[in-house]
Amino acid sequence: MNGIAIRALVVCTLLGGSFAQSASAEQLSGYAFVKDETRAMQDDDFANPGLIAVETGAALFTTPFRDGGGTCAECHGSEGEKLDVQRIAAYPVYDAETKSIVTLQDRISGCRSKIANDALPANHRDLMALETFVRNRAHGVPVSVDTEGAERQALLERGEVLYETRYGLIDMSCHVCHTVYAGQYVRGQKISQGQTNGFPAYRLGTGEMANLNLRIIQCMNLMRAEPFRADSEEIKLLEYFLSARSNGLPIETPAVRY
Amino acid sequence: MNPAAKAIIAVLLGAALCRVGAAADPASSALPMVESYCQWQQTDLMINEPLCGLKGDAQRGRAIATDGNRGNCVACHNMPFADVEAYGTIGPSLAGIGGRYPEGYIRMRVVDTKSFNPASIMPGYYRDPAKIHRPATAYVGRTFLTAQQVEDVIAFLMTMK
Ligand code: HEC
Ligand code: HEC
Repeated sequence: MNGIAIRALVVCTLLGGSFAQSASAEQLSGYAFVKDETRAMQDDDFANPGLIAVETGAALFTTPFRDGGGTCAECHGSEGEKLDVQRIAAYPVYDAETKSIVTLQDRISGCRSKIANDALPANHRDLMALETFVRNRAHGVPVSVDTEGAERQALLERGEVLYETRYGLIDMSCHVCHTVYAGQYVRGQKISQGQTNGFPAYRLGTGEMANLNLRIIQCMNLMRAEPFRADSEEIKLLEYFLSARSNGLPIETPAVRY
Repeated sequence: MNPAAKAIIAVLLGAALCRVGAAADPASSALPMVESYCQWQQTDLMINEPLCGLKGDAQRGRAIATDGNRGNCVACHNMPFADVEAYGTIGPSLAGIGGRYPEGYIRMRVVDTKSFNPASIMPGYYRDPAKIHRPATAYVGRTFLTAQQVEDVIAFLMTMK
């Protein structure tokens, strides 16, 4: 996305309506690309397997940290009711101090690390459950990643370069599948636009939860590429770029996806 | 949970697990030995000589083309097979391909379309491994298919008239 496109995106967001990611393609949630049964499963609170992760996360939220001192709930409320859902909808965020991208799981792990020296590695099951619980607090709130300012624009541009780079033996870029061929089929599987508003999501393809970070790794594995490390700058730049591209789409966490 | 929802979950989970199971089948996912790369000659967008002088086997080629862990051509292309249910729609249909093009043309497309059309998204099944960006560790130095597998697929495509 060039600067102009991003500015257009920001303007559209400010105008407060639905907007398209580009002039030609309508911005659609992954929800629009999955089968009817999958949508029904997501919409039914008794059938959506992702809600198990929400419950696990809720339990961890009130579980004391390793050193026995404190819980997430102590600061954020036992149901997470003291969390600001608008801010949760804005992740990943740019941290001006470290000049880097902080994802929601980074923030949660960082919080545990600061308070109780109890950090969890990226994409750890428990961390993903906590992320699912926290993001679920903002269910229905539109994704609203901040794209303002030169630093953020520069990072978004780097994210876009990564999005358009070819990887692995399949030698295709994210852009080819999720922008050019969205709506087409890969072996009977409809390709979506790779929007981020459903994550962490329950994946039928693996039978497990995946946050955005893991989903990108899984796509890179599909490309027979060496995936970016879960805590690498590259994958966070991709997460940031993809998430900004999802601005305006209501959060569906936990979505059910292929 | 109501019984209908349970049934839906069972069916969906079943389908998901079957796929995972299929992908993990060691017989079809075991990697062949790394072999040295045979150079090939392009003439008028055709590769007329078989790779490494090998002879293809059409029956093996059919299996490779439809196997999700090997050629997986059906990921993107339609082929007229009753026993393959899920096709892709990204590439043109390969039905009747052997009747439409000479063998050298087809070999060129399967080996490395990108060498003459950088914008192509058709994977180069025998593209020089040195040109692949960030291959998974297990695939470093390897082509997508071995020279023999490429010749098998081509032999098979030539039977589709
Ligand atoms: C060969 C095609 C292909 C390539 C290349 C590819 N993907 Fe995907 N991707 C898929 C398919 C198929 C799915 C599952 C269906 C869907 O949700 O789009 C998927 C799903 C996703 C999703 C989940 C969308 C949702 O709502 O569930 C994200 C996010 C994603 N990909 C990001 C990426 C990124 C980032 C890259 C590059 C590093 C990439 N993909 C490269 C085919 C591809
Ligand atoms: C990731 C998608 C993808 C996969 C996998 C794929 N192809 Fe293709 N193929 C394409 C596309 C797209 C084209 C159209 C031209 C282009 O982009 O180069 C194409 C073109 C072709 C052509 C030329 C057809 C014509 O009408 O000119 C042949 C032959 C072909 N593919 C054979 C194969 C074989 C054999 C395999 C598996 C061993 C395969 N393809 C796997 C996407 C794919």
